[in-house]
Amino acid sequence: MTRIPILQMGDCLLVTIQVDLQDRAAVSLQDDLANKIESSGARSVLIDISALEIVDSFIGRMLAGISGIARVLDAATVVVGMQPAVAITLVELGLSLHGVRTALNVERGMRLLRLAGEERALDPDA
Amino acid sequence: MKPEYVAITEVLADSKAVVREWLVEVSGATGSNRASSSTDAIIAEAGEIARAVHDGLRAEGDVGAFEGAAWERLRGVLESLSRSRAAQGATAGETSGFLLSFKRPLFARLQQHLANEPPMLVASLWAVSSLVDKMAQFTLEVYQRSREDIIKRQQDELLELSTPVIKLWDGVLAVPMIGTLDSGRTQLVMESLLQRIVDTGSELAIIDITGVPAVDTLVAQHLLKTVTAIRLMGADCIISGIRPQIAQTIVHLGIDLQGITTKATLADALSVALKRTGYTVTRTTAA
Repeated sequence: MTRIPILQMGDCLLVTIQVDLQDRAAVSLQDDLANKIESSGARSVLIDISALEIVDSFIGRMLAGISGIARVLDAATVVVGMQPAVAITLVELGLSLHGVRTALNVERGMRLLRLAGEERALDPDA
Repeated sequence: MKPEYVAITEVLADSKAVVREWLVEVSGATGSNRASSSTDAIIAEAGEIARAVHDGLRAEGDVGAFEGAAWERLRGVLESLSRSRAAQGATAGETSGFLLSFKRPLFARLQQHLANEPPMLVASLWAVSSLVDKMAQFTLEVYQRSREDIIKRQQDELLELSTPVIKLWDGVLAVPMIGTLDSGRTQLVMESLLQRIVDTGSELAIIDITGVPAVDTLVAQHLLKTVTAIRLMGADCIISGIRPQIAQTIVHLGIDLQGITTKATLADALSVALKRTGYTVTRTTAA
């Protein structure tokens, strides 16, 4: 089974899904990412799914789950590079990834995370 | 061959004479000069039909089974007749009326031929009558089918025509929706819009619904789906062109468009889009 690598860049975690996501790989990614956020204290997570062309209800739910978990662990999450077919499928499945930020590509995703980090730095409650 | 068919084939053997009587009947029934205008073509068509009927009966064709192999040639002839008549602008009624007037000369000739055998005459008349009816019915079916083909092709063309995605500004796309939004149209718009968002890297899409005649809950649901899909891709969406009546319907139906930027006109939407992308438009000459 291929494991999805999680890269750390400063306080940001990068997850790039470059293969078609198998069910078990998705489950282990969810575990790995939760552990990694906890151990590294990362403040932001960028998930690149530009190579993902096929999603079923399970993978869709896992994506929503992974981004939801990252958010609960107080890391700003952005999902980037979603393909049109994937977006349509997720909408038809009723998974709108509520509360998850999205961006068109990695560059814009990073900018979004930087802005989120600055906002957080200004916010005294955070 | 059934015995009652023998008389029919004998009557049809002299096809020229039958066709002549048939055409007299046609021009008498319609009273038009359409028949005289292209008489040669019509004589050829009628002769072809008469021969096809004759051959069909000789080939053991059964009047009750018009779909059978023996009638293949007749069906072909009738199909091309129906199509060419339709192309010339004849109505379905005129084409089937042309065929139905074939009965009169056939009946008259059968009556002469079988004057001494009344039971056989009745059987033959019945066979001819049902065959001609089936022929007329068949041309109607072909006519209807070719009409349906045209309608379907036009529908497809309409679908393609009505969903252009326009690049309005750097990073701003617009889709002017025209016509009723059903799920098929929405799907097509959604696909082409999302693909263009990926291709151009645009962060804003404006959906203009000025040309949508009515918005009900289903249409609103389709719009919401499109907006959600655009957001999932990482772009944002503005809905513009909401006419006063449509705004009222949306509120009365209790459709929740919260969280979606809505504007009255495309111009308003564009100015919001420019503001968001960091552009300002200034006038260089005094008004």
